Amino acid sequence: MTATAPTAPAPPPAGGTGAATPSASRPPAVRRRRLEHGLVFVAPFLLFHLLFLVWPLLLGLKMSLGDDNITGAGGSFVGLDNYVEALGDPDVWSSLWHTVWFTLLSTAPLVLTGLVMALLAHHLRVFQWLWRLSWFAPFLLPSGVVGLLWLWMIYPSDFGLADLLLNSLGLDPGIGWLTDTRYAMLSIVLTTVWWTVGFNFLLYLAALQAIPHHLYEAAELDGAGARQRLRHITLPMLARTTGVVVILQLLASLKIFDQIYIMTGGGPDESTRPILQYVYEAGFTGYRIGYASAVSYVFFALIVIVSLVHLRMTRRSREEAAK
Amino acid sequence: MVTLVVALALVVLWVLPLAWAVATSLKPENETTRTSLEWIGSRVTFEAYEKVWASGDLIRWMLNSAYVSVVTTVLTVLTCAMAAYGFSRTEFRGRKALYGLVMAGIMVPPQVLIAPLFAEMVSLGLVDTYWGVILPQVAVPAMVFILVKFFEGVPRELEEAAYVDGAGRWRVFWTVVVPLSRPVLSAVAIFTFIQTWNNFLWPFLVTTDPSAMTLPVGLVNVQSTYGARYAQVMASLVIAGLPLLLVFAFFQRQIVRGVAHTGLAGQ
Repeated sequence: MTATAPTAPAPPPAGGTGAATPSASRPPAVRRRRLEHGLVFVAPFLLFHLLFLVWPLLLGLKMSLGDDNITGAGGSFVGLDNYVEALGDPDVWSSLWHTVWFTLLSTAPLVLTGLVMALLAHHLRVFQWLWRLSWFAPFLLPSGVVGLLWLWMIYPSDFGLADLLLNSLGLDPGIGWLTDTRYAMLSIVLTTVWWTVGFNFLLYLAALQAIPHHLYEAAELDGAGARQRLRHITLPMLARTTGVVVILQLLASLKIFDQIYIMTGGGPDESTRPILQYVYEAGFTGYRIGYASAVSYVFFALIVIVSLVHLRMTRRSREEAAK
Repeated sequence: MVTLVVALALVVLWVLPLAWAVATSLKPENETTRTSLEWIGSRVTFEAYEKVWASGDLIRWMLNSAYVSVVTTVLTVLTCAMAAYGFSRTEFRGRKALYGLVMAGIMVPPQVLIAPLFAEMVSLGLVDTYWGVILPQVAVPAMVFILVKFFEGVPRELEEAAYVDGAGRWRVFWTVVVPLSRPVLSAVAIFTFIQTWNNFLWPFLVTTDPSAMTLPVGLVNVQSTYGARYAQVMASLVIAGLPLLLVFAFFQRQIVRGVAHTGLAGQ
């Protein structure tokens, strides 16, 4: 790591933004100090990054090609066998499908409810603390608290709050919220919306507050009604935020594990078991860490695809906007 | 008017489950499974809280969670801020390549690394230790990205003045950059703290000894020992949920701004 001596006048340092900094005219010793200092700043993070992200990523790839036990030792090389097995394993496909199904079911209500909440709060302009407290607060609860609360107090038949409320309306639902394969996933989606919609609510609220006021004033002068202002100003101005909310939501929903593990354990009849739970079962209770790694990488591919599709779509929409 | 009614209806819907948990926790144990909608039992009692508290587990897990969350937050904010500063304000060979390596990490969800990470923890002897829980949660590429974007918006003139006065990189970082970025640093800190405090999957995998568990993991672990004692389960949930709700009540503005900031910049 040697610093090259600058010739005067030196070109601006690579990567610097804008005008040349005084460093360009400094003697070599100072420049070398800067070089070292730069690395010193980055080094601690890089150490963590290499040890706990890059290394496990490579280790996982190696493990996925072997039949190691839980400690990652003592296995032999099996090549692509784990991947071949994973692609032919109906449990992989069904748990992948449950993950995608949960994501499809949960994304629209999470985005729309968040939007409606933000519009309500923004429009009302009073009791801001009340909306924030009641809609955002559940997001701050650990998944363990949320999962156990709904499992033990909301969803049990007869004495659960869900049944009691429906009963008091004169309905006898008789729904096996978490025990009937027809409703279990929907119940988990319901819990998830209650738990996490506050995050999207806040993102939308921040975006709403950033819309310039003069747009509305101009529209009002032109005689636009409340509904027209919503359609022609508010919603278009929120398009970018919606893009962010949707992709964050998709990526978060694909990683579903906690609520399902706590509330149904993947049941009934494994009808709600997500892919991460299958990875957990294969690796940590089935002790097949190589196979678990291979399944992880199949799942990783899914996440990368979603991210890339999103990237292409936003790029295209930006290009169109630029036209 | 309609808007207000709709909003209040949503408030009621969102508060009901929490109110029900609190109500149940204050009932005598034998009244928690009544099949009629009763918010208050024949008497209001704190028995469930006393029993949960007396068992001691909950306090232990809370202290574990607090320790793990504080250490993780400090390490995350420190390493991410330093790295972001190094990437956006210093020059060294390989800077761009290393920044690319870190940014590529944004694509990797930590959840897909659970199997190899666990194997790594076994070989490092960190299973059932605080460091086993903490270390893998520290390096967050997205946080570096957020901070780099912020630092790029800070005018260089502010730092240059300090250089002219003879300050070194370190002094400039601590006395100029860090104070300037207090809002974004506190957003990153609050966000990291919430995430670490509530994280379930990783602590759940890396701790098997109840005395090393964090709050969320411990709660789920003992639900079976409480059996059908619903008042006690709900009392433990109320105790477990309270700290962050209190933090939120105090730091509402910062948290709201922080979520908005990190969420939007997360693109």
